[in-house]
Amino acid sequence: MTPLATETPSASALPRVLVLVAHPQMEQSRANRKLMRAAQALPGVEVRDLYALYPDYLIDIEAEQAALARATLVVWQHPIHWYSMPPLMKLWVDEVLAFGWAYGPGGGALRGKDLWLVASTGGPEDSYRPQSYNRYFFDAFLPPYEQTAALCGMRFLPPLLLHGAHRVGKEETIAHAKTYAERLSSYPRWPELDTVPDCVACEVPTTARPPEQPEPAEAELQDEAAL
Amino acid sequence: MEHGSWLGGTLVYLAAAVIAVPVARLLGLGSIIGYLAAGIAIGPWGLKFVTDPQDMLHFAEFGVVLMLFLVGLELEPRRLWSLRKPIFGWGSVQLFGSAALMVAGALALGVDSRLAVVAALGLAMSSTAIGLGALAERNLMATSSGQSVLSVALLQDVAAIPILALLPLLAVGGADADASSGGGWVGAAKALSVIAIIVLGGRLALRPALRWIARSRTPEIFTAAALLLVVATAALMQTVGLSMALGAFLAGVLLAESEYRRELETDIEPFKGLLLGLFFIAVGMSIDFAVVLAQPLLIAGVVLGFLLLKAAVLWGMARTMPIPKAERPVFNILLAQGGEFGFVVFQTAAQAGVIDAPMSSLLVAAVAISMLLSPLLLVLADRWWIPRLAGPRNTDLKEIDEPQEAPIIIAGFGRYGQIVGRLLYANGIAATVLEHDADQVETVRKFGWPVFYGDATRLDLLRTAGAEKARVLVLAIDDIAQSVKVAKIAREHFPQLTIVARARNVSHYQDLKDQGVELIERETLDSALMTGRSVLELAGFEPHQARTLALRFRKHNVAQLEVLRQHRNDRAKLIAVSKQGRQQLEELFAQERDAAQRRQVRAGWSGDDAEPPAA
Repeated sequence: MTPLATETPSASALPRVLVLVAHPQMEQSRANRKLMRAAQALPGVEVRDLYALYPDYLIDIEAEQAALARATLVVWQHPIHWYSMPPLMKLWVDEVLAFGWAYGPGGGALRGKDLWLVASTGGPEDSYRPQSYNRYFFDAFLPPYEQTAALCGMRFLPPLLLHGAHRVGKEETIAHAKTYAERLSSYPRWPELDTVPDCVACEVPTTARPPEQPEPAEAELQDEAAL
Repeated sequence: MEHGSWLGGTLVYLAAAVIAVPVARLLGLGSIIGYLAAGIAIGPWGLKFVTDPQDMLHFAEFGVVLMLFLVGLELEPRRLWSLRKPIFGWGSVQLFGSAALMVAGALALGVDSRLAVVAALGLAMSSTAIGLGALAERNLMATSSGQSVLSVALLQDVAAIPILALLPLLAVGGADADASSGGGWVGAAKALSVIAIIVLGGRLALRPALRWIARSRTPEIFTAAALLLVVATAALMQTVGLSMALGAFLAGVLLAESEYRRELETDIEPFKGLLLGLFFIAVGMSIDFAVVLAQPLLIAGVVLGFLLLKAAVLWGMARTMPIPKAERPVFNILLAQGGEFGFVVFQTAAQAGVIDAPMSSLLVAAVAISMLLSPLLLVLADRWWIPRLAGPRNTDLKEIDEPQEAPIIIAGFGRYGQIVGRLLYANGIAATVLEHDADQVETVRKFGWPVFYGDATRLDLLRTAGAEKARVLVLAIDDIAQSVKVAKIAREHFPQLTIVARARNVSHYQDLKDQGVELIERETLDSALMTGRSVLELAGFEPHQARTLALRFRKHNVAQLEVLRQHRNDRAKLIAVSKQGRQQLEELFAQERDAAQRRQVRAGWSGDDAEPPAA
């Protein structure tokens, strides 16, 4: 696992961390741009800026799946919009995490990998309280993420959050980016990883969807026989 | 020729050229007039430094051969093939139309019929040297008038061969005709086989040979090889009585696609320039002022008559072709003048006894005077005629002259450049706009756009526009040749500029890629895809699906273009690869439709969604 082995690009030399950044207004970003730059500066980390790669929302599914296959840690880095992910990130989930590849029968491509959410919110932390205007603790918005990871057989690691990104000072943003970079480069030697339980198995039963081919030849024959 | 006279001659020619040409250019008369004037000055009727200009004329004719080689180098076989109609159609109209008109005119004036035919054919020829020289000097080679002049000149080169062969037949008895033509069929077979040798040799042997020579890494040997190539082709053509210039032109065309095209060009260029200058000097020297002074009115009448008759034919051609109005004066003047082939025609006719010697020198003088007149007429046309055709505004438009500093330069502000410019301006980005069409400049200025008048193919204007400091050059010129030229200049002189280019079509796209331009958009691709989307929607596709299909088609298409680029010189392979690419895309889309169909079946939607399936 020495990083010196650069001459022969073996599996260990390829990036093991894949950071997917999704920010529809990167030009206005205060935090996410710094975080992305910090990640880009790290060796062994592949950063894919989705809005820069796919400004026309035409996602290259094969390339994305190949990038996922290379990684052991998948990071979703984006601002929280309307208690969820930005639209291109959602489209990415829809198209790249395909049935039969990421989940369902034959869909084990992501099994055993880790998913880490690195998100920023506009509202400050104390707005995510029952008494405040966001009404719920932030954790209440995480189950869709957790279950997406679980269905794909991935561990959902504790998210890294930056609340009140509209107002945080420069120093705090820089410190946050530093923490982010340290965590990325120290993965998988994170102390809390031991406490994260293995992913629960979410097998989609074959009966969940109609059969791929309802034996069309025979079915047709039967129809004809019936006539 | 002894040593002393060789030195003396060189001294006289060089000195005359070096003095006369800059003076002529300073007076705004162009270099050709300078050479001609130098010739008159040192010739038998001036300072008498040279008394026999004919030898020099023959030697300097090689300049014309070199020029046609260079013209050929600029013309790929494909483009030559696409010129076949202008060459044989319009070229014949010019040559035989003018000749017929002149014969009719001469006969009406009571001139002997044989003299009328010879004079008409000789005078119908136009000077390739002055014509193409003037076009090159004015950077008009790529315009439609430039291509038309070239086409007509090529036809004249071709037609000169049978004309020269048939001249002796016009002689009184026709007795010596058989002797000189040496048996028509054998001659024709020889000529054809020489052309076949040149074409085959050019295609198969030349490139490997040049590669082998280039590998010796001796620049002067490559130059020698380039000259040898032209001389050998010319000699080969001459042995079978064909036009040397035509042979050189053929050789040039065959090398137009080779990787050595630029090198050959730069190597031959100086020789061509000097020899062509010498040729013009020789023409100036050969004007026989004794003949002119003996019958000044007759000469003036002949010159004026044939110029007007030819111009009438050309005027009709320019209207029907059609050639843009502003380019017509140049087209008319350059083709109306007589040409060096006329000299040969009259000399041959005199030798064969078809016309007498005094008549021959009178006609030669008329041709030479018309050749002297045409550059002068061009200057006059520039002053008085062309500005009026282009509209009065042309005169008060000033070229860009104050240095600009915007980080973005837009070259070409027509339909395409305007959209780019408007998007930029709308977002508060400053751009320096260069447009070479005075009308267009005037129009868009009315709408308040700060547009500079200037030709982006000129290095000095690009500099003034701030190309040395700018970051982006938007290349939105619609003329393909000029667009590629600007790209080349920009890559050579302003390597820091990122070029974002408009391509008229695929081959333009490839040409720009060859210049190292990375960001190229074909001008019709996206609008056609939008139309395709509309049609898909009308055919029943959901709007969003139509969008996705169009975008994916686009991606495939652009990727395919890169594959095709590798085979651009192999037409058969190109077609095969392109077919294969289309098939791949069709198969891909068909597979996906199939998969979607199966998903629908799986989901229990069997397609007839108008009615829920019966229980």
